[in-house]
Order: sequence, then C-alpha cells, then structure tokens
Amino acid sequence: MAIFINKDTRLIVQGMTGSEGTKHTGRMIASGTNVVGGVTPGKGGQTVEISGKTLPVFNTVAEAIAATQANASVVFVPPKFAKAAVIDAIDAAIPLVVVITEGIPVHDTAAFFAYSQSKGTTRIVGPNCPGLISPGQSNLGIIPADITGPGRIGLVSKSGTLTYQMMYELRDFGFSTAVGIGGDPIIGTTHIDCLRAFQDDPDTDAIVMIGEIGGDAEERAAAFISEYVTKPVVGYVAGFTAPEGKTMGHAGAIVSGSSGTAQGKKEALEAAGVKVGKTPSETAELMRKILNG
Amino acid sequence: MDLFEYQARDLFEAHNIPVLAGAVATTADEAEKAASVMGGRVVVKAQVKIGGRGKAGGVKLAQDAADAREKAAAILGMDIKGHTVHKVMIAQAAPIAEEYYASILLDRANRNFLVMASVAGGMEIEEVAKTQPEKLARVGIDPNVGVTLEKAKEIAALGQFPEVVQDQVADVLVKLWAAFVAEDATLMEINPLVKTEDGRIVALDGKVTLDDNAEFRHAGHSDLVDHASANPLEAQAKELNLNYVKLDGEVGIIGNGAGLVMSTLDVVAYAGEKYGVKPANFLDIGGGASAEVMANGLSIILGDKDVRSVFVNVFGGITACDAVANGIVQALNILGDKATKPIVVRLDGNNVLEGRRILNEAAHPLVQQLDTMDGAAAKAAELAAK
Repeated sequence: MAIFINKDTRLIVQGMTGSEGTKHTGRMIASGTNVVGGVTPGKGGQTVEISGKTLPVFNTVAEAIAATQANASVVFVPPKFAKAAVIDAIDAAIPLVVVITEGIPVHDTAAFFAYSQSKGTTRIVGPNCPGLISPGQSNLGIIPADITGPGRIGLVSKSGTLTYQMMYELRDFGFSTAVGIGGDPIIGTTHIDCLRAFQDDPDTDAIVMIGEIGGDAEERAAAFISEYVTKPVVGYVAGFTAPEGKTMGHAGAIVSGSSGTAQGKKEALEAAGVKVGKTPSETAELMRKILNG
Repeated sequence: MDLFEYQARDLFEAHNIPVLAGAVATTADEAEKAASVMGGRVVVKAQVKIGGRGKAGGVKLAQDAADAREKAAAILGMDIKGHTVHKVMIAQAAPIAEEYYASILLDRANRNFLVMASVAGGMEIEEVAKTQPEKLARVGIDPNVGVTLEKAKEIAALGQFPEVVQDQVADVLVKLWAAFVAEDATLMEINPLVKTEDGRIVALDGKVTLDDNAEFRHAGHSDLVDHASANPLEAQAKELNLNYVKLDGEVGIIGNGAGLVMSTLDVVAYAGEKYGVKPANFLDIGGGASAEVMANGLSIILGDKDVRSVFVNVFGGITACDAVANGIVQALNILGDKATKPIVVRLDGNNVLEGRRILNEAAHPLVQQLDTMDGAAAKAAELAAK
C-alpha cells in the first residue's frame, strides 16, 4: 500500500523540459516511477526522450490528465513561475502535487495553499521539499532511490538530507514510504497528515518523525500522536544547540525566545510516548530495538 | 530580512499609512540638520534591531536642533544588548492622547495571515494577550481575499477601539494589508499606533520583516540590507550565495541541507563537551553543490580565525560526493600554505566511492576521512581541542 503514492501512481512532471526537470525525470524513471508526460506552457504538442522513454509535453495539467490519466504531479518550475504551475494543477483537480522548488515567496505559497483548501481536491506536498518515495513502487522528487528498499517503516521529515541519513541508518529494514514535507514556513502536507496516513496504512508498522527547531509543528504532532497514533513512533529533533534569533537555513528554523526550541519539542514528544533520540544514529538505534522486539 | 524603524517608517509612508516626519542620521551633524528642518521638539531614537532600547537609554527627547545634536552624539556608538548603534532616527515629537496596536503577520500554524489589533498598545503585545486578551482582536485572513474595509471595521470593533476612531483604524488596517502584500512582508507591526491630541491616527513605531525569497520581484529591497552591522564572514558568504551563520565555537562545519547541518552542529556539540569545544558556524552548501561551491565554503571557514578544525559532513542526494571531494582538493590547492587546519570528512550517498577515492588519491596531509557522522564529529572535536 504505502501512503500517497504506490505502483499505480501515474506521474506528470511540471517543468520537465528544464534542466533540473529533465535530470530528475530521468532518475525517477530509472527508479521505476511511471512517468507519463510533462507540462511546460507553450511547448504543448512536443515530445521529449528521457531515459529511453518518449514523453509527451502538454500546455496545461488538465490536457495532460485528459491524455494520460495522470494522477500525480511533481513541480520543478523556478520560484517565479511556481505559483502559476501549482494553481494550474489545482484547477485540473489532480489529487497530488509535489512541489520541489526552493525559494518560493511565502505569499505565493499561502495563496496556492488557500486555493487548494477551497477546492478540496488536491493534496500539496512541499514546497522546498525532496518529495516522497515508496521504495520499489514510485518516487516523486529527488530522494535517491538506491539508499534502501521497501520495508515497513514510515518516515516523515522536514529535511531532505536528514531523510536520506535516516533511511541510510535503517537501510537493513527498508521503508513503506518516506516523505520530505519541506522546510518552508507554510507547507501543504504536515507531520500530522503523514502520521495519520501511516497509522491508517496496513503496510506501515512503525514511524520515524524528524523535526527541527522553529514553529510548533512538532508540539502539535505530539498532541495528535497522543490521541490517534497507536503504532510505535520514534522521533528526532535537529537544532538542540542552535542559538536564539538565528535562522538555520530553513526559513522556518529559528528559535525565538522560549518558543520553538528543540528541548521543548523533545519534551512534548516524549510526553506523547514517543522515544526521542539525541542524534540520528541514536534515533535509528531506538527504532531498531522496537523492530527487533 | 528585518528592517530598521526608519526603513519601516519610510515604507509605511510610501504606502499612505499615516506617519510623522522622520529622518535618519549617522552623525550628530546630520541629526542637528534634520532636527532644524523639522523644527520644534524631536525624539532621537537609536536604530537597532532589538527591543528594550528605551530602557537602555537609546531614545531621548530633544528640545531643539542643538539639543538633538547632543542627544544624537550620546546615542551614536552606544551598545544596546550587543548591537552597536550606527544610526539614529530623528522623529517629530507629537502630543499623544492614546496608544493602540496593529499588526499583520504570517501565521505558520494556520497557514495563512493573521491581523492583530488592540486598543491597548505601547507595550509588548504578548503582555496584552496575557493580561487583557478580551482587548486583542486576532483575525485570520484568507490570502486570496485580503483585508477588505468591511473586515477591517470588524477587526477595529473586536479590538475595542473607541467608536470615534474605528473608521480611521480600519482605514489604516486596509492600507497596512496593501503594503504587506505589495512588499511581500511576513510581518508588519505598528506599536504604538497613536491617537494624537488633535485626533489623528498615526503609526509611531514600526517593525517590518520582508521575505528574502521575494527579492526577485523587489528591485529596491536589496538597498535595505544593513551592511554596517553584518559579520564580515557572513557578508562574504552572502556574496557567494552561501547559507552561513557565524557561531562562537572552534569546529568549522560544512554540510549539505539545512536539517543535516543543524544535526551536525548538535552531534559536534555533544562530542565537544569532552574537549570544551563547540561548533564555529552553520554552513549549508545546499543541494547539487558543485566543486566550486564546496571550495568557496571551505575558504570562508578556513578564513575564520576562531576555527581550529573543520568537519565536512555530506550525504549525497543530488549533491555528488565526487564533486564535494573535488571541491575540497581544489580549495586546498588554491589556499596552499594558508590552509593550516585539519579537515575531517565524512561522505555518504551519491557517488560516495568515487568521492572517497579522490580524497585518498590526493592524500592531502590535512584531510582525513571517517565512515560515520558520529565518529567524524568526535574526531573533529578532538582535533579542535589541541
């Protein structure tokens, strides 16, 4: 089963004809993803050859769906044009849009997120995220497919490279789905959305949740875990030693006063019964113990 | 990017939000000139991006231009909580009848924007929220609808503004929203929003944060950057498009991806407890970093006199480990004898074998490779202790 994506996912790539889009389309195809076409406004009617596949290009997502029965899209469009691309996808009522693009103005994200909520037909993952992978089934985005294979751990993280690190630490177990939800202040799919989906997924036995300083998403996730999640959850929070008032790379990663500290998040998670590791390797070890019984 | 008060004032004025006359000065001479143009009594206000400047003696009333000169001379160069005062704002003094509060900000939890307004102003809004929550209006705004006049009037009533000023306050809220959108702000706060004795509603002090991601559609925003207060290494890193934050330890850190770098800081801090050392910086070379980016990053870190060892921690996703390895070798070639600090490297992921081979082959005496993040962090901490 896995969450959000599986072997039945039919993917289009918005921005497929750009250099990043082409490169990653090739990688996604190579890892077994069923890419059925791409969208670049103004280039509709062309075809492109990527990794031995001839892929049609469309002007809009609606046209792409009509011709290919696509049910998911991944966005590799530059920040300037990302809002229009996501609105196009929402207008076509595609069930899933994964926005990889980094550097989208938050007013644009706020606008397309509110629009998706008003329509109620499209889940957005990201922006500024590595995407998600259900190993062996489908891979939407830029997560390297060769770190590990299918398994029964679900993973949700704001950070791309920490996702890779954790998949690597637990590579002997494998994953049902790993979701990089992105580090921007506004994101379409939250820790809570993923925790709910993993709890409901019969192919996921245990969950790793990776958080980081800033905001209160981890605290809210902890409250949700207490009331909804019965599967074992192991947590990690990056930024224990980050000083107050400095933004650590991600726009959202900042400790202001007492709010958003790693310690506060750790305590909230532990109060919800989540075992929290101090480092990625210690976190992996906690999961290992749970899975080995 | 956070703006200074005078920049916020100018931005408000440009968007027709009522403000008093104000000018910025970097010397006592300029302050006197500005005060004499304004005439009458003025307030001399230290321009620092931190609260509590009033208590620290950074805000003074001046009776005339000569007095403004004296007050400015005293405030310029002051240290307020670690921030040196490089500029003062000369603001027209106004007789204040009442102090209110208004702001618009990004609401991460609800993934929209939030307008806050209150008849109780002039103090920290957290204080109002705690002690007089009934006087604080908090209203979520749909980004695709915005603050309409109707909505603004509703907010003014909720914030318990006196009826005589509700229309004026609503007008300010509508204009504040327009400014917030037009400038791609994530925070615009007016505190206090005052009623003068002659009944005008005026923004007396403001805080503005602009979205750095939106710089591509605001040619003017780059002029607002504060170069005088920037750490020289941070300024240099910004010019090279590197995501760098200077910290106060001894172990230089380079990694790819914000989360992994933050995690690396933690692991080094834990390992460093034994040796009394801490991370010296945050540096994210980002996704898909080339050899050149790696070389730039390494030169910045090796240029930091506080750094005693360097830890390069890369998990190759898009970033290829061979590019990282080439970057390290290139940087060391360029730096030559200037590179004197030991470098601990941990590579994993995309093209890791090739990356490790390149470093082994180069066999630079300063570079050593370790297989795990924990092991490499411990080694880097140990080397920094020596």
